[in-house]
Amino acid sequence: MIEVENLTKWYGPVCAVDNISFRVEKGMIVGFLGPNGAGKSTTMKILTCYMPATSGRASVAGYDVLSDSMNVRRNIGYMPESVPLYPEMRVRELLMFRAALRDIPRRQRRSAVDRVAERCWLSRPEDMMRRRVGELSRGYRQRVGLAEVLLHNPPVLVLDEPTIGLDPAQIRAMRELIRDLGAEHTVILSSHILAQVEQTCNHLIIIASGRIAAAGAPAELRQRVVGPSRIIAELRGAEEATLVETIRALPGVRDVQPSTSDGWTRLAVGGDQQVDLRTEVSALAAARGWQLRELRREVGSLEDFFVQITYEQNVRWMERMTKSA
Amino acid sequence: MHQTLAVARRELAGYFYSPVAYVVGALFLLASGLWFFYRIFIPGNEASLRPLFEAMAYIMVFATPLLTMRLVSDEIRSGTIETLMTSPVTDAAVVTGKFLGVMAFYLVLLAGTVVFLAIMAVYGQPDLGVAATGYLGMVLLGAAYLSVGLFASTLTPHQLVAAIVGTAILAIFAIMMQVLVANAGEPWNYLAAKLNAMTYFRDFSRGMFDTRGVVFFLTATGLFLFLSVKTLESRRWR
Ligand SMILES: Nc1ncnc2c1ncn2[C@@H]1O[C@H](COP(=O)(O)OP(=O)(O)OP(=O)(O)O)[C@@H](O)[C@H]1O
Ligand SMILES: [Mg+2]
Repeated sequence: MIEVENLTKWYGPVCAVDNISFRVEKGMIVGFLGPNGAGKSTTMKILTCYMPATSGRASVAGYDVLSDSMNVRRNIGYMPESVPLYPEMRVRELLMFRAALRDIPRRQRRSAVDRVAERCWLSRPEDMMRRRVGELSRGYRQRVGLAEVLLHNPPVLVLDEPTIGLDPAQIRAMRELIRDLGAEHTVILSSHILAQVEQTCNHLIIIASGRIAAAGAPAELRQRVVGPSRIIAELRGAEEATLVETIRALPGVRDVQPSTSDGWTRLAVGGDQQVDLRTEVSALAAARGWQLRELRREVGSLEDFFVQITYEQNVRWMERMTKSA
Repeated sequence: MHQTLAVARRELAGYFYSPVAYVVGALFLLASGLWFFYRIFIPGNEASLRPLFEAMAYIMVFATPLLTMRLVSDEIRSGTIETLMTSPVTDAAVVTGKFLGVMAFYLVLLAGTVVFLAIMAVYGQPDLGVAATGYLGMVLLGAAYLSVGLFASTLTPHQLVAAIVGTAILAIFAIMMQVLVANAGEPWNYLAAKLNAMTYFRDFSRGMFDTRGVVFFLTATGLFLFLSVKTLESRRWR
């Protein structure tokens, strides 16, 4: 549905997108994830034909964004980051205007507007459609923005930070709506918050400093980013030093960090890559007659990975700054 | 076509929400009204509309940029330009639509001045031929001035800057050229006369139908609409 090849965008001397390539298949919900200034919005603006790339190719629904821009625009619904709307217009008026711009035949405009209003919870308070857009709360403006995008029922939706500025209940509702939309549309959305996209999307593209740092299904990514395993055990029944020594002697153990309080010793045991030490530790405790009150495995989360990438981007950025200074 | 009209309709409706448009409209009618009652509508004066049309043409140098300043500038500032330019609408359709929208509002304003004609008709016998060519001249001049203002509005996100730039361009063609005609040396004063908007407008206000004037104003309109499309397109490349 979407193909991006070696896309690069320079804003004057600033490289916002650096030679990225990816594909999005029909029916996928893709999460574009990255820290501030990573190049998410820029990539979206290129895909939606708002501006051309400096080099590289991109196509949407089989049409090239440069040479076949009108067809691309017909097949995309794009909600920009700031959800820009005309504040002086009334909700229905605005949606009717957008429907006309989308070249929806006059007779079908009203029903199209009613359909999206229903879908984006704008039909509930009776007078909602008659209110002025400038007087709506942030959450309602966001809904109007989303409704606009759905008017012409486009196969591809590009949503730049659709949940920013919403309260938790609305975030959940928006997430569910997007998941529903995924049944009929191919969706690309961007976010800084991993936890949000992790549940909504079936494909993640993590982007930092204009490059793709990692891409794949959330489960797949999680698998890849799980670092060395680590188990936490709380034991009683022997001196701390004895416990540490015995555990350290197990095969595959790299390091043990003890801490003791109230007679219980808490051990954080670092192991090799794919080793699960829990069976060995519990067997050992049973054999020695130690009491075991907690035993669990800690895996690196996607969140950790994401934070690490963000951190690396900052380091790279600092390096670049010091080099140029 | 649908889309052009949709843009035009939205702009026209926008003027009726906009306090700026009301103020400009009111000031325009007030200024031309004062001019009418103190300078023209005097017992014993001939029932001529010519001075009124000329006064209105000068007021337009300042009034039209105030009407056009928000057309594109406001979309750039608020970011709605992004949704507009990613809709399946050509830049030319956007520019044409906006031009038609402001043109429609201008015609409404112009229609307001028919009152003066009516008052004159009650007390005297104004020349309806002059009235007809005068209004034709106002429409042509308005089209050219509004396209200049629209062009200025595509240059900047700041409405005030757009208004000032628009007024400056109009002042070159409506005021500076007049000064050059009167004061410049041999080849220059002839050239200035060719570019002087008021030379052409004066013919209309005197009751003459002048094809050179029609060509001048329509060419200017076309040229500045074309430039507006080009600057709008060039935004994408920045
Ligand atoms: N119009 C512009 N002119 C110059 N530089 C720009 C422009 N727009 C973006 N940039 C720069 O390009 C880089 C990428 O910006 P972009 O908006 O794509 O990031 P983003 O991933 O969307 O960030 P955020 O999460 O903050 O929205 C940033 O360094 C930004 O400063
Ligand atoms: Mg962004």
